[in-house]
Amino acid sequence: MLAMLQSVLGGGIRAGTPILYATLGEVISERAGVVNLGVEGGILVGACAGFITTAHTQNPMLGIAAAALAGGLAGLVHAFMVVTLRSNQIASGLALMFLCLGVTSFVGRPYVAVKINAVPQASVPGLSRLPLVGTVLFTHDVLVYGAYLLAPLIWLLLFHTKWGLALRAVGERPAVAYASGLPTSLIQYGAVVSGGVLSGIAGAHLSLAYARSWVEGMSNGRGFIAVALVIFATWHPLRSVVGAVVFGAVFALQLQIQARGVALSPYFLDMTPYLLTLVGLLLMGRARRHAMPEGLRAVFEGVT
Amino acid sequence: MASVARLVDSRVLIPLRLLGLTALAFVAVGAFLLLFGRNPIEAYGVIFKGAFGSGYGLSEVVVRAIPLMLCAVATAIPARMGLLNVGGEGQLHGGAMAATWGALTLGALPRGALLPGLVILGLLGGAAAAFVPAFLRWAAGVNETISTLLLNYVIVLLVEYMVRGPWKDPMSYNWPFTPEFPESARLSFYWGTRIHAGLWFALVAITLFYLALRRTRWGYEIRVIGDNPDAAARAGIPLGRYVLLTMCVGGALAGLAGMAEVCAIQSRLRPGISTGFGYTGFLVSWLALHHPLGIVVMALLLGVLSVGGDMVQISLGLPYATVNIIMALIFFVVLGGRFRKSRSG
Repeated sequence: MLAMLQSVLGGGIRAGTPILYATLGEVISERAGVVNLGVEGGILVGACAGFITTAHTQNPMLGIAAAALAGGLAGLVHAFMVVTLRSNQIASGLALMFLCLGVTSFVGRPYVAVKINAVPQASVPGLSRLPLVGTVLFTHDVLVYGAYLLAPLIWLLLFHTKWGLALRAVGERPAVAYASGLPTSLIQYGAVVSGGVLSGIAGAHLSLAYARSWVEGMSNGRGFIAVALVIFATWHPLRSVVGAVVFGAVFALQLQIQARGVALSPYFLDMTPYLLTLVGLLLMGRARRHAMPEGLRAVFEGVT
Repeated sequence: MASVARLVDSRVLIPLRLLGLTALAFVAVGAFLLLFGRNPIEAYGVIFKGAFGSGYGLSEVVVRAIPLMLCAVATAIPARMGLLNVGGEGQLHGGAMAATWGALTLGALPRGALLPGLVILGLLGGAAAAFVPAFLRWAAGVNETISTLLLNYVIVLLVEYMVRGPWKDPMSYNWPFTPEFPESARLSFYWGTRIHAGLWFALVAITLFYLALRRTRWGYEIRVIGDNPDAAARAGIPLGRYVLLTMCVGGALAGLAGMAEVCAIQSRLRPGISTGFGYTGFLVSWLALHHPLGIVVMALLLGVLSVGGDMVQISLGLPYATVNIIMALIFFVVLGGRFRKSRSG
């Protein structure tokens, strides 16, 4: 029982890592007043670019860099659409998702059965020997540690620096921020591109560490789950960690149950992350909506 | 004079600009193909010839346009009041499942009774799939874009489960599909092609959408909500009821598309009955600016691309994704093209 719990939690941290990167990216973007449903696409281009680069160079670190770059480019497209052209944010995000899905299926096709060097595993010396939690927390690949260091870093940036204050001001009251002399467009560009970079790294973890392969459309809605998680986490980077681990654990539990040959259809197991997200959104209701950056209200609540 | 200018602007200039921007998307994809060492002229030639080069190609364009039109209306109706229904794919599968249940259990009924029943089941299945996100929106303010996207995964997985489990054809040697439907559950085909009775469903749905939007109080109130939800609420228009109504009616039509796919094209339920019709239908609606007539035109255009996508795959070895890229880019240029939301129905 303990062993199973440990492996579910450890697996949850691993499986939750792409979701955490994507969620943190979306927190930054939405705090600046831009919803990006294109994270789903950002994850895909990150996974694809990272995988192709690693396949050619055998260097997963270069792969991660390429993934970040590709995700950043995807973010740049969205920023151009919604900040410069003022297009509908939700529609532009979906367009980005469609575009990334098409481009990665096209470009990634020759790489479907290719083998790569995965992101290296690195047990943290000392800490990984801790009883009970050592293996759960400290025997992962470097991207996992990166994600858990990034969460408090983003929290510091958003809530304890002048930059963060400016970014949140743009998300709350863009007109006021603009009138007080903040470069609102530049800040939004920065936030959306940063979010894109993180979604790209999310993809890198997916293809270079978690699945270690490239499959068309492999993000499988993780980006949409991340967008929902931002709401659960009330737009807070530290609370995102909890949500990401819970969702990661659901993915990990799925593998555990399948491995143990429990007579439950794998199709029902596959539904659980999506159903859980929907139930969560229902239970949250309008209760914690007050935490929503004011600038998003028009995007999320056009009607009613 | 101003009104004449505005009329010219909306009747002539908008379609013209749409056309110009669409051409831009083709140029961009051409550059992309060149980058990968492929000949774009050749690819476009194959798409064109695949769709227009033969009677068969033309008929296949219409076959693809049928579910696209229905799924586009499923997007357009809620979109007119500002809701983004991206659940066409799930709603289509919901309708397909409901119709499959009917075809497999009520197969003994005569055709004249069974087929109308299956139409109703298809509508109900799609409406049920759309009711969930509509209810979530109404009861808890859950954003319908996210919920419809998530439900798509759930419903498609449910189809996978059904065709591999309870509904699996015992004679199928482990292939994942249901037994073939009885003759009495099949829609008619016309003109020796695969064009089927679903065409009338689509055209009737679009006509009713057009008339309802312009001639009924519902249509008027939906447009008022779309233009200014606050004013509509203050005028006493029941927003919540319209959320449920437009989403469910839209879902029902996507469900009808699913019913037509299983009862005409496939004659059984299997995974992959839809090659992304729900999503492509969503694009159709946006490219048509949610306008009924535009939906017919755009569904045919994307139908051409869809048939062409098969052709470039077969004769040039290019992935089908090539046409998905074209579609996504057209979506981008139309979104970025600053079209004002058309206000007059």
